[in-house]
Amino acid sequence: MIHSSLTQLGAALRAKKISSVELTQSYLDRINQLNPQLNAFITLNPEMSLAQAREADTRFASGKVGALTGIPIAQKDIFCAKGWLTTCGSKMLHNFVSPYDAHVISQFNNAGAVNLGKTNMDEFAMGSSNETSHYGAVKNPWDTARVPGGSSGGTAAAVAARLCAAATGTDTGGSIRQPAALCGISGLKPTYGVVSRYGMIAFASSLDQAGPMGRNAEDLALMMNVMAGFDERDSTSLQRDKEDYTRDLNKPLTGLRIGLPKEFFAEGMGADVAKAVEAAIAEYKKLGAVIVDISLPNSKLSVPVYYVLAPAEASSNLSRFDGVRYGYRAPEYGDLADMYEKSRAQGFGAEVKRRIMIGTYVLSHGYYDAYYLQAQKIRRLIAQDFTEAYKQCDVIMGPTSPSTAFQLGEKGDDPVQMYLSDIYTIAVNLAGLPGMSIPCGFGANDMPVGLQIIGNYFDEARMLNVAHQFQLATDWHSRAPKL
Amino acid sequence: MQWEIVIGLEVHTQLSTNTKIFSGASTAFGAEPNTQADAVSIALPGVLPVLNKGAVERAIKFGLATGSHIAPRSVFARKNYFYPDLPKGYQISQFDLPVVGKGALTIQVEPLSGNAKPYEKTVRITRAHLEEDAGKSVHGDSQGVTGIDLNRAGTPLLEIVSEPDMSSAAEAVAYAKALHTLVRWIGICDGNMQEGSFRCDVNVSVRKPGQPLGTRREIKNLNSFKFMQQAIDYEVQWQIDTIENGGKVQQATILFNPDTGETRAMRSKEDAHDYRYFPDPDLLPLEISPEWIEQVRATLPELPQAKQARYVNDLGLSAYDASLLTASREMADFFEAALSAVPSQAKICANWMIGEVSAQLNRDGLDMAQCPITAQQLGGMLARIADGTISNSGAKDVFRTMWAEGGSADAIIEAKGLKQVSDSGAIEALVDEIIAGNAEKVAEYRSGKDKLFGFFVGLAMKASKGKANPAQLNDILKKKLEG
Repeated sequence: MIHSSLTQLGAALRAKKISSVELTQSYLDRINQLNPQLNAFITLNPEMSLAQAREADTRFASGKVGALTGIPIAQKDIFCAKGWLTTCGSKMLHNFVSPYDAHVISQFNNAGAVNLGKTNMDEFAMGSSNETSHYGAVKNPWDTARVPGGSSGGTAAAVAARLCAAATGTDTGGSIRQPAALCGISGLKPTYGVVSRYGMIAFASSLDQAGPMGRNAEDLALMMNVMAGFDERDSTSLQRDKEDYTRDLNKPLTGLRIGLPKEFFAEGMGADVAKAVEAAIAEYKKLGAVIVDISLPNSKLSVPVYYVLAPAEASSNLSRFDGVRYGYRAPEYGDLADMYEKSRAQGFGAEVKRRIMIGTYVLSHGYYDAYYLQAQKIRRLIAQDFTEAYKQCDVIMGPTSPSTAFQLGEKGDDPVQMYLSDIYTIAVNLAGLPGMSIPCGFGANDMPVGLQIIGNYFDEARMLNVAHQFQLATDWHSRAPKL
Repeated sequence: MQWEIVIGLEVHTQLSTNTKIFSGASTAFGAEPNTQADAVSIALPGVLPVLNKGAVERAIKFGLATGSHIAPRSVFARKNYFYPDLPKGYQISQFDLPVVGKGALTIQVEPLSGNAKPYEKTVRITRAHLEEDAGKSVHGDSQGVTGIDLNRAGTPLLEIVSEPDMSSAAEAVAYAKALHTLVRWIGICDGNMQEGSFRCDVNVSVRKPGQPLGTRREIKNLNSFKFMQQAIDYEVQWQIDTIENGGKVQQATILFNPDTGETRAMRSKEDAHDYRYFPDPDLLPLEISPEWIEQVRATLPELPQAKQARYVNDLGLSAYDASLLTASREMADFFEAALSAVPSQAKICANWMIGEVSAQLNRDGLDMAQCPITAQQLGGMLARIADGTISNSGAKDVFRTMWAEGGSADAIIEAKGLKQVSDSGAIEALVDEIIAGNAEKVAEYRSGKDKLFGFFVGLAMKASKGKANPAQLNDILKKKLEG
């Protein structure tokens, strides 16, 4: 059962072959068994999970069920969930039990899904290896000496290790796609504004977007049906008609134009990654796609632009964590300023502090124009590159990450090396476009390689179709790590 | 040597919306601490602001009432600083793109000194922008603990910034009063200064005529016109003394102490914050269409200046009377309602409003809204004056009774027997009797001592117990005395 897809689990539940309580319990048992090695979860609350499972089982009795009813879904610990400890991977929120549900959480609750637990993550989603979590690094299930990627590393490891069938992630610069690639699972970052950010603890508001992570594209489509939709509590949420993201899954790919940006296939990409990605492109040709060479000339500026804008927003977003109203407060302090300084010095980890300082600097008087405004201008140029590219192609493909999963501690001393692991994913966030990663083979040390699929705005259904057709033709997505 | 005073004002008006500017929490004043602090007011992790349209409509009203530019597109920005009553660690305000741009307000200035005449002045408005209020720190708890009350956090404010166009305390106070009248007039602010609904910051500098602007100091948070005048007077003298004694004025933020009548520096320019303004990524730019502006315009009442012009041109009132009658919307509404009973008697109606009604309100410490008599009652009484039923002195009697005990003019006239005698036969008989009984005085009058006429009027009035129609009595007396 633990290898089943959401579709299969839903069918089994509706056929009453298994109850939600039994299914939930079996996942909880597996988590108890494997989480000590992986550290994929920060918080488990079997009582609350099983209560939801029991409620789902009564729904089956009454017949009012949807595709995800009764299915345990793990939630990244960035989503506020009523009654659940919600830490965002930080000591700062070590004691914060949310009094309310994020939009994403209430969407899953309304669908009758079971909250299986809160997954580990880089502190405040700042990191690409899950090593910045206050609750310890997550281990990659394919090799526990390696990182799972980040910041949604707990979710990626949990899905890969079959600790849950699917889970949520968030992606500010690659935080869904990069860990999906490094753990050999599928992940989708939707178009900015498609999933409400209400109740999702903000890192960089203009870039943050929640999305599903799971075993395959079909499962992601089912998750999107629950997660996406307008929410008036988020002013950046887009008012659009409800979509069925499964609607195009089975369309043939004949004539699909795949753009390959020459900048993505230049130096920097590992040979093992290149080999797997090229093999995937060859597979797409067999499926009827045509290849178009394109250029994203400004994409090389993505990393520096991102590391101005994201820290700028973060430095302000994280100001509310001051020890006054909730969260961590230093046990001893002198005056008010001392309380702020000590609480924040003790409550935040090194990477978070680094970004707060960078952000504060680039917004400072005298530097704002040179950094923040300049970065905003380049951000628009990066988005324009994509607009131009989509005149020639339907989707863009390339590697998700330049390398496979690296060793724990390998990049700990070099933030810039760490930042470069998101070199292919960041431009997508800056442009607000949807991006995906699906497994497309294995590289050095038998670690998974991810293929990135970038769509035009609101083209999620087509991207899921493109991914699903590949997954019908290949079996990379159904490989599981041995644990 | 003469000094020139330069004053500009920044006025914070609390907008009269029922809910906060970025959430649905109530804005009612005086509730138990933190009972109106919802998740957004507390700035829980993950919450987002949603703009209250009512606040925008009030800003548009202000723009229309002052002939100001209303920006088709304005931007909310974050003003970053730490303070316990600022829950997010930033205030959402507007910075380089405010909702209301340049405009003007024409004011009547009554000089404070001696015999100078009132004059008109136009003060230019630089801008007005929307922002949220902070909460309150509550000091002096029995355990020496400072509490935070976030009920006020998120209350909508319109900050109205003037050009430094005022050159005396009298002008500054006149401008502040005119603004105070206007915001209440158009219904965007209750103007309650005790509750902090209308707070003034005053920028003051002095210079020698022809010289560039001097260094300004900003007097913060004045909440009474009296204090404003005292503070400016003190500050101007302090600056002049400082310069004349060879010192230099340093830019500073200062507070006025009403108990000592002095100002003192709160912080100097050196410790001024770097607020690190940047556009709030949680809010879209505020777009105001011409249609929206027209919809709001349709809800605007006739403005004080338009009313004044109408009173002068159509009703034949003096400009001074017209300005007194439009001191508040309640006053003007009362006047117009009373006038509707006696449409041809605008001058008499105005005299009663400015005279007896205002004086009596003043004596009782009431404002127009609390007036114990209605406009209908006053109009009824004016109608009886107009048709000669009562004399002016009788009317004063009616008015006093009406004020103290209520009742219509007709009922009071009836009950007190105040109906004046207009029967010419009765008056003639009375006059004949007086002429017969005062032969000596009559002779004196007839020999040219005109001043004695008043003596005869007095006698006749007394004899009629004040009820003789004065005009009629005059005519008959004059005729009979002249023989």
